This record gives sequence, structure tokens and C-alpha cells, in this order.
Amino acid sequence: MLPYTPYSEILEKIKSGEVSLVARVENFLERIEKKKHLNAFNFIFEDAIEKAREIEAKIHSGSAGKLAGMVIAVKDVLSVKDKPTTCSSNILKNFKAIYTTTAVKKLIEEDAIIIGKTNCDEFAMGSSNENSAFGPVLNPHDNTRVPGGSSGGSAVAVAAGLCDASLGTDTGGSIRQPAAFCGVLGLKPTYGRVSRYGLTAFASSFDSIGPFANTIEDIASVLEVISGHDENDSTSSRLPVPKFSEELTFPKDRSKSSENMKIGIAEEYFGEGLKAEIKDNINQIINWLKNNEFQIVPIHLPHNEYTIAAYYVLTTAEASSNLARYDGTRYGFRAPEASSLIDMYKSSRSQAFGSEVKRRIMLGTYVLSSGYYDAYYRKAQKVRRFIKEDFDKAFNEVDVILTPTSPTTAFKIDEKSSDPLQMYLSDIYTTSANLAGIPGINIPIGKDSSGLPVGMQLLANQFEEEKLLRVSAFIQNNYLRSLK
Amino acid sequence: MHDKYEAVIGLEVHAQLLTESKAFCGCSTKFGNAPNTNVCPVCLGHPGVLPVLNKKVVEFTVLMGIATNCKINSRSIFARKNYFYPDLPKGYQISQYEEPICEHGFVEIELSDGSRKRIGITRIHMEEDAGKSIHDISIDTLVDVNRCGVPLIEIVSEPDMRSPEEAYLYLSKVRQIVKYLSICDGNMEEGSLRCDANISVRLKGAEKFGTKTEVKNMNSFRNVERAINYEVERQIEILEDGGQITQQTLLWNADLNEVLPMRSKEEAHDYRYFPEPDLLPVVVDENWKKEIASGLPELPDIRKKRFTEHYQIPLYDAEIITQSKGIADYYEKVTAVTSDYKAASNWIMGDVLKVINEEKIDIKDFPVSAENLGELINIINKGTISGKIAKEVFPEMLKENKSPVEIVKEKNLLQISDASELENLVLKVIGEHPSEVEQYLDGKEKVFGFFIGQIMRQTGGKANPKIVNEILRKKLGEKKIK
Ligand SMILES: [Zn+2]
Repeated sequence: MLPYTPYSEILEKIKSGEVSLVARVENFLERIEKKKHLNAFNFIFEDAIEKAREIEAKIHSGSAGKLAGMVIAVKDVLSVKDKPTTCSSNILKNFKAIYTTTAVKKLIEEDAIIIGKTNCDEFAMGSSNENSAFGPVLNPHDNTRVPGGSSGGSAVAVAAGLCDASLGTDTGGSIRQPAAFCGVLGLKPTYGRVSRYGLTAFASSFDSIGPFANTIEDIASVLEVISGHDENDSTSSRLPVPKFSEELTFPKDRSKSSENMKIGIAEEYFGEGLKAEIKDNINQIINWLKNNEFQIVPIHLPHNEYTIAAYYVLTTAEASSNLARYDGTRYGFRAPEASSLIDMYKSSRSQAFGSEVKRRIMLGTYVLSSGYYDAYYRKAQKVRRFIKEDFDKAFNEVDVILTPTSPTTAFKIDEKSSDPLQMYLSDIYTTSANLAGIPGINIPIGKDSSGLPVGMQLLANQFEEEKLLRVSAFIQNNYLRSLK
Repeated sequence: MHDKYEAVIGLEVHAQLLTESKAFCGCSTKFGNAPNTNVCPVCLGHPGVLPVLNKKVVEFTVLMGIATNCKINSRSIFARKNYFYPDLPKGYQISQYEEPICEHGFVEIELSDGSRKRIGITRIHMEEDAGKSIHDISIDTLVDVNRCGVPLIEIVSEPDMRSPEEAYLYLSKVRQIVKYLSICDGNMEEGSLRCDANISVRLKGAEKFGTKTEVKNMNSFRNVERAINYEVERQIEILEDGGQITQQTLLWNADLNEVLPMRSKEEAHDYRYFPEPDLLPVVVDENWKKEIASGLPELPDIRKKRFTEHYQIPLYDAEIITQSKGIADYYEKVTAVTSDYKAASNWIMGDVLKVINEEKIDIKDFPVSAENLGELINIINKGTISGKIAKEVFPEMLKENKSPVEIVKEKNLLQISDASELENLVLKVIGEHPSEVEQYLDGKEKVFGFFIGQIMRQTGGKANPKIVNEILRKKLGEKKIK
């Protein structure tokens, strides 16, 4: 799986004329066509070649932006003006966005080339990318297996070499889990680090936009561009954005106490359900880190067992409200033969939403209903605060927390689709970061005996992405190189 | 039998705020634009959009809170009120629920017997308006979302009112305050002020409230009083017949003059309120509150009192003049020009308000400037023109905002106060009417008026009546002695 070349090095070759950007984009488009069976893309932007020509000229004239020519795919829940934005749902199948997502706009302003919109679980609800009106996405490592979800298409696009990087969204693990299943890097930033404007809301207080890539350098440079306050998103942070692309190395002498990274290990993340091979892989890297002068510190996250329950109460509550706008009145699908207003709502929504989306809307409607609000929503909010406090305490002691990303490697298509609870447990290690609003990253650290990628997760305190990047870079440059 | 009962009434008043842009997006709030033109992805509820709070909405609401003696909460939160309706693009309305921005206030109303009564205000909160569904154009329902996202405040009273009249007075007071604060135009017919009433009745002296009904759709001041009256009577009748009141929502039908129950389907809402995750809590710190309070104008009750004290005008005059901030401001501009404060209030209560009411215009659009009205009063008092002539000058001022002095000159309306000129005129009239002189000398005092009339006719009303009076009396008196 290594080594990959960071895009900055490729850009140097484009500048020198050694590599042609237009030819490169043509190659990607051909490759996308060749890998069509993976079903990673909902829409290809044919104007990418045109853009490549413009940007190549800009590169040669020295006026191009930071990400000049980087080929990026974006999840189909992100609005791009005049392009379809379907959220992989029949209810938006013919919908075109009338404005562009802030994060995507920032990429375009830095001369990245958006090559298309990637497949995903409908409205980002799912862990396998099987809940899509465009059909399932296949795992490139084993086409009988799922790529993870909900940002399955974005993970596969990077894993199969169909683009340089991609954007996904992460509400409970939807970047990190598919990154683990597909063997790529995937980072969920701190809640509020990246503007959500243009991201079709699933659960507004959980959703984050983040990058997938094959190198930590590319993750850092994309994150640097998409981060920052946006006047269109009141929940986006006003904190200054570090130059993430320059935060990838430790100072030479790491023995200085200020730079002596402490890595927390929480036993709650290594319990029942974790596949032994993953546990072995994680233990191996823990030992390696210990040998490389990282301090390994046992920590506790006592409220961990309530994360999945709290997560599903709160996210479905928000989703039930967020998805109310798809009612057939103004845009999107409208059932043609409705006899009354109520019938129009019922028929349009029943016919066009998939079963997982309907399940979550019903669950969310239920937990907000009068008489149940206190027992479910209010209690779950309380749990959310406890979970956040657990992390606050932990990060008083350690810099980052290391966990498995998912309890299993990629599972078979249809293996869990009839058992929602089993499916939900696939996110057991990732939802806590969204409840607490903290950043997390998946790092591919090896393969299991079936040749399927194994991932580990690093979590850091709010707005400390640079710690994730530094440790990831250290692992990428030292551990992963030593494996092969 | 009605004396046995008393009504218990609480009002929920919605006031549309006069901000330039909508509550959560940059769209204009201008009324009357072509349907669906004041729109953007945010107020259209497109996928992925987010609300951004207009600070003016907070300022206007806090201003209202201060004016109604509310506690201003330093932290308040928005909530989503979820329901499906075609004119509600997001499927929820952004409102406030558990932690509103203003609470525990009151206003005072003045009852017909002159006593004052305090009406409690439970809360005032911010929310956004929905669009308009237009049902009556064809078989289709048309939706105009221009109004979607226009800011509203909801002012919820305590159930402190005991009669339809008190409810009317309270609503008038609320309207007067929002207009004084210039945060709402208070127009019920156009829907910028809306009112729902919670009504129950109970035996006088009873402590427990009766079962209440909610009456909606009262879209004018007259309808509010009529609808509440109707509903109170209806409830009393039911109780008198030994029946029970059903808790329900009723709609006032102004054409039929009765309340009709809402269809139960429309009523069975569970709004599933929960905190709006897309907006941060609203924090109003002491500094901001002070800054907002510094923009608080003098409120009507205080101004009324000041008018009676400072300008020494009767309470009745002050009441009428301070009814609207614009009129009161106009009055004060007139009194900056003339020191005849009572004449100023007479002119405003009479001629000025007559035009305003007849033409249905705002004082802002009244054609005579306060300066010119003040000047008119001054030239009457100086004797430049008579009060009678003033009534001719005023309509000219209405036509064209010219100074009265100019009009008097142009129209040659200057009062004749020259004594020798008037004396000649008096002698001439006396000479022309010997028989009337005889009558006068015989003691018929009334004939005096005849002579005045003759002189006025001959001068086109311009003769100074005071001087004419003196001279005429003197000259007729001289005849008597002879
Ligand atoms: Zn708008």
C-alpha cells in the first residue's frame, strides 16, 4: 500500500513539465470508467478536462492556487452549483444545487479540480454504502465486500486511485470507518473546524466534512484549505487555522518533555466484539510506538457504553427534523397521483425515501414526541455531556487516544443489511468523537489474513488536529514503510 | 346572570419586526414585492443551508422586553417547532421554546373608570414567519415564500384580563408600544400584528380557572373585541345550560360573526420542539443590553405625563396626542415654534387629525410641516390674521407646504388693524343703515352683530374683529349720547 507520493511532489513535476495535468485528469477519467463496477461515483464532471487545461496554464504562469490541479471527488451530499446533489436518494434524484458548499468552494478557489460526486449511503445514513438509490459501492480490495459507509464512494475513489483526494462527511464514523475498510487515511475534523454550509444535514450537531487521501501530506493540505470560519455557518469556529501542511513533523529532539507525546489507551475500546486480528495489529503498533519513545498511558472513558444509544437518539431526532423539507412541495420527488396535501406528503416520502432513512425518521420523531422527550432526547443530551467530560478528563492526561477504528474489517455485502443493530455496532468506536465534537483520523496499519485493510483511530482534543497529523505522519513515514 | 361570571383572558400577540432583512438570511423583508422574489437558498430551505441570526432581531426584541419591564435573559436559545405545511419550506419554524429571551414583564392599561391595571407578560420570544398559502385563485394552492423568515416576536400575556374590553385595551397598549419603539407597524389588517386569545370563564370569586378555548384569526382590532365577547357569551351559555366547555381551538369568522371549531386534524399538532442545533445560544451581555436600552424612546405613559406637566395641556389632549409617537413628535416640533401649547394641541386634535384620519395617511406624510403650523398659530396670536382667515389659510397649506405668511401675502389676507381705516368703514356702515342704528339705540343689542357682519363682508373677513368691535361700540355709543 505504500509508498504514495504526496500531491505536492506531483505538482512540482507538473510545474517542470515532466507531467501533464490534462493527461493526468484524462487518466483519472479513464480509470474511473474502467473501475465503473465499483460504483464509487454518482456523477462524473466532464468539465474536469476543461478545468485541467485552464489550471495547467495557470500553473505555468505561476498564478495557480495552493491545490492547483489536485483532483478531488466530493460526496454527493455536498452541494455544487448547477450539479446534481442527490444524497443518493430517490427523493432528490433530479435535484440540482443552486449554490456551492463552502468547503468545495474553497477547494475550487485554490484551483483543485472537482472530478465528480461520489456514491454514499442515502442522506449519509449507513455504515456499508448499501443504502443508496444508485446501488451499493464495492470494496476495491474484495468486490464481494462493502467499502464501509456512509462515505463509501469517497473512500473507494481514493483507494482505487480514481482521484488524489476526496471529501466525505462524518456524523458517527462515516469517514473513518470506510477509510479503515478501504485502507486509506480519513480525517474527521473538530466540529466547527470546517463550515457545514452546503452539506446536506443529517444530524446538524454531529456532521463534519473531512478529507480522504493516501498520504498524510494530502490530508493536511486539503484540511488546511477547507477549514475556517464561514459567515454562512454560525457554528463554524473563529479560531485561527494552523498551517496544517507544516505541522507534520516532530521537532528533532522529541525527548524534550513539551514534545513528549502521551498516547492514551482506553480499555473500553478493546472489549467484546473486537476482531482478534485487529486487536493484534493494534497491539503491534502500540508496542512499536512505545519503542519509539511515545508514552503509552492507560485511560478510562467510563460512559463509553452509552455512546451508541445516545448517538442514535440524538442523531435521529435531528434527522427527523432536517429531512422534513423533502416533502414533494418545492423540489425533489413528488408522488404523481396524490389526492390531498397529506396524501402528497405521505406518498412522496414513503415512495422516495429508503428504508433506513424511514427507520431513522420514525425513531427521531418518536424520541421528540411529547411524553417521550424527557426519557429519550433530554437524557441522551445528558449522556452526551458526560461523554464530553470523559474526553476532557482524558485529554488532561494524554495528547491523543489510540483505538481501533472499527471492530471488524470490511464485511460481506448483505451480511448485516437485515440487522440494523449489528450494522450500528460497526460504528461503536467512532460515534463518541461526534458526540464530543473532537477530531479523529483513521490510519491504515496493515491487513488481516484475508488481505483486508485494518485501520486504527487516533482521537485528539477539540481543535488539536495537528497532533493527529504529527503522529499519523510519524507512523506513515516510519512504521508503514518498515512493514513493506 | 352574566354578573355571576367573569372572563379569564390571555393574549398571544405576534408582531412582525421592521428589520430591513429577514431573521436568518440576507433577503429583504419588503412587503408587496412580486411573489417568491425575496428569496434565497436559505429561506427556500434548500439542502445544506444554515440560518445566520440577524442581530437587529435581538435588539428589537430586547427593546420590547425593556419597554414592557421584562427580565432580559443573558442567554437564550432557539428551538425548532416541527410541522408540515406547504408554506413552511424547512418543515420547521425556528422559534424559542424552553429558554426565551424575555420573561416576567408587565404593561399597565387604563380602565374606563380611570383606574390602572397591570397585565403580566409571561414571555417574549423571537421566531420566523412562515410564507403565505393562497387558496382562492384556482383549484391549486399557490405558495408565496416572500414572508418566510421575516422576523416576528411573540408576546405572551398572563391570563390577567377579565373582560373583552380589558383585552382590547391591552392589545392597544402593546400596539402602541411596538409602534413607539418603531419595531413593528402595528397593522392588524395587513397581518403585521396578529393576536390569538385564550379564553375561559368562571364564577366570580372562584379561584380555579375554567376550561379554556383558543380563538384565532381575529384580524382586526374590532374583531378581537367582538370575537372575545362572542366566545365569553358562548361559554357562559353552555355553563348556564349545565354543559361543559370543550378545550379546543376556534377560528373567528368575521363574516358570520361567530367562532367555528378548527378541524381536529389541524389541531392535533405535536410540534416536537428541540433546541435548534444550527444556531448558537443568544448571549446578551450587560454592555449590549445597555447599548440597546440607550436607544429606548420615551414611552407613551411617561410622555403623556410630561405633556400635562410641561405644556400644561389637559390630560385629555395629552392622551390623544401621545397615542402615536409620530403625532407626539409632531406636537413637540410645533411647540418648538410657538409657545401657545394649547392652541397647538387644538389644531392637532382638530384639523390635523381630521385630515390624517380621512386620508388614512401617516403623520410622516402629512403635508403641513410642524414649523409652518407653529407659524400659523403665531400669526393668529400676533393679529396678523384672524382665526377665521386661518381656516382659509390652512387648506392652502395642505395643498402646498408653503409658509402661512407667504400664503397670507399672496392671497392678500392680511388682517386690517389700521384704526383710522376701520373707523372710516364703521362710519360708512352706520351711515348706510340709519334704521338699524335706530333699532340699536332702542336697545336691540342684537343689531350690533349685524354691523359687524356688514363690516366683515365689506373687508372679506380681514378686519381685525377686536378693533372693529371697539370702534363700533364707541361710535354707536356716541350716537346714543347725541
Ligand atoms: Zn432568504
